[in-house]
Amino acid sequence: MITVKDLTKRYARTVAVDQISFEVQKGQIVGFLGPNGAGKTTTMRMLTCFLPPSSGSANVAGFDVLEQPLEVKRRIGYLPETPPLYPEMETAEYLAFVGKLKGLSGSELNKRIDFACERCAIADVKKRILGKLSKGYRQRVGLAQAIIHNPDVLILDEPTAGLDPKQINETRDLIKGLAGDHTIILSTHILPEVEQTCEQVIIINKGKLVATDSVQNLQARARGAESVLVEVAGQNGNLDLAVVQKRLEQVRGVSRVQYKTSHANRNVFEIESRKGFVRGDLARAVVEAGWDLNELRSAAMSLEEVFLQLTGSEKPAGTPEPVGKGAD
Amino acid sequence: MRNVWIICRKELGSYFVSPIAYLLLTMFALIFGFFFWNALGYFVLMGMESQMRGQAFPMNLNEEVIRPLLSNVSVIGLFFIPMITMRLFAEEKRTGTIELLATSPIRDLEIIVGKWLAALILYACLLLFTALNFAFLFRYGNPDWKPLAIGYLGLLLQAGGLLAIGTFISTLTKNQIIAGAATFGVCLLLWVLEWVSGYETATWAKVLSYMSVITHFESFAKGVLNTKDAIFYLTVIFVGLFFTSRSMESLRWRS
Repeated sequence: MITVKDLTKRYARTVAVDQISFEVQKGQIVGFLGPNGAGKTTTMRMLTCFLPPSSGSANVAGFDVLEQPLEVKRRIGYLPETPPLYPEMETAEYLAFVGKLKGLSGSELNKRIDFACERCAIADVKKRILGKLSKGYRQRVGLAQAIIHNPDVLILDEPTAGLDPKQINETRDLIKGLAGDHTIILSTHILPEVEQTCEQVIIINKGKLVATDSVQNLQARARGAESVLVEVAGQNGNLDLAVVQKRLEQVRGVSRVQYKTSHANRNVFEIESRKGFVRGDLARAVVEAGWDLNELRSAAMSLEEVFLQLTGSEKPAGTPEPVGKGAD
Repeated sequence: MRNVWIICRKELGSYFVSPIAYLLLTMFALIFGFFFWNALGYFVLMGMESQMRGQAFPMNLNEEVIRPLLSNVSVIGLFFIPMITMRLFAEEKRTGTIELLATSPIRDLEIIVGKWLAALILYACLLLFTALNFAFLFRYGNPDWKPLAIGYLGLLLQAGGLLAIGTFISTLTKNQIIAGAATFGVCLLLWVLEWVSGYETATWAKVLSYMSVITHFESFAKGVLNTKDAIFYLTVIFVGLFFTSRSMESLRWRS
């Protein structure tokens, strides 16, 4: 459905997207993962014919973005990072306008408006002014706008950004529900989001393609190096930290143990693990040594860590620098 | 053509839903009403004077009321045009809705012409208020309607040109105020260019004076349809819209 080959976007001083290639099959949900400024938005803008690529090619729904942009635009629905709403319009009026822009008319237009409203759960705000809607509703109107003409391909730029957790869940469910009818590309910098909604992941960083893989594979790879936080307390408050550390290191599958200084009398260790690590082993080791196990939880693996793991690079000095202006 | 109309309808909608249109209409009606009242007052005074002197001075409404008033409207228009065009693209760029338009199956030119047409229609609505005033002249006097019609045609052509320039300037910035101020500057400049012809007769002065939008309105105000002047305005419209489309294209390469 989407074929991207050596797609590159150069600006005067920076390269926002550097020769990325990938393919998306029909009906798939693909997550476009990367830190802020990685070039996600720029890539999406090239796929939607908003920006022309500097070199390389992109074929969307059977048409080239440079050769036949109008045909591509007919077949895509696009939700930019901020929903493109006209604040002075009413919801239904706005959807009618977008529908007409996309070539719908008459009773078909009305049918599609009702369908999109129902699908995105915005039927109750049909007569409300867009400028007065809450962020969650605006996002959903943005989605409704993208699906109004029943496009083959949906391109969603950070569809859950800035929503509260409940709204995020609703939006994710909504996107999953849309998957059957459309091929979906959605960008995000939140790893769990990809795990929950997507089948395939494309990871980019600093404009370069880092990995494209299925979510299962990615999860497996990430789990290989799960990191766990353990809080251990000694009886009567005395605890030899060095002994604890040594004991923890002996647990099967543990590759590194680091003492994290903690406030009050809490002693927290961060444990990095390899394949074959079982949390139960760790818990048993602590208890059998006569200490109290106060907490055992897996530390959420940050996107950065997954990147590091996937790319095999060294620990970064800071957060990755944004590449390319206007990318996010 | 259908797409042009869709965009035009949407633009008219946002003019008339927001206070912009009503503010402009009110201001224009007030200002023009004042001009009209003055022109008429002067005309009546002249009439009485010539009667007292016992001269059967031929008084002509077309010559002495309509013609100067049309020239006035064309100048007042210069002040209103920036306010009409400044939001056209600047607003879309600021709120990001330009991405919706640019990723819809619609040509840039259709977007541009649609927006320009909406601006022109709003300007035509302003002119309706002058028609209201002129209607009184027809009720109580007997002016010739043909020169007036040609005068209106000239006003629309002139506004079309300036609106096209304003539309172009609006694509250059995200900031409405900047777009409005720049358009106003350009309009004013195009108006005063004509002044050089007052003291200078060299070729460059003639060229400058030719470029003034006011020069070309004189014939229309007189009620004469001069092809040369009409073509001048059509050229300005064409050039303005052409630059707008180039600017929109470059927007994509730059953004």
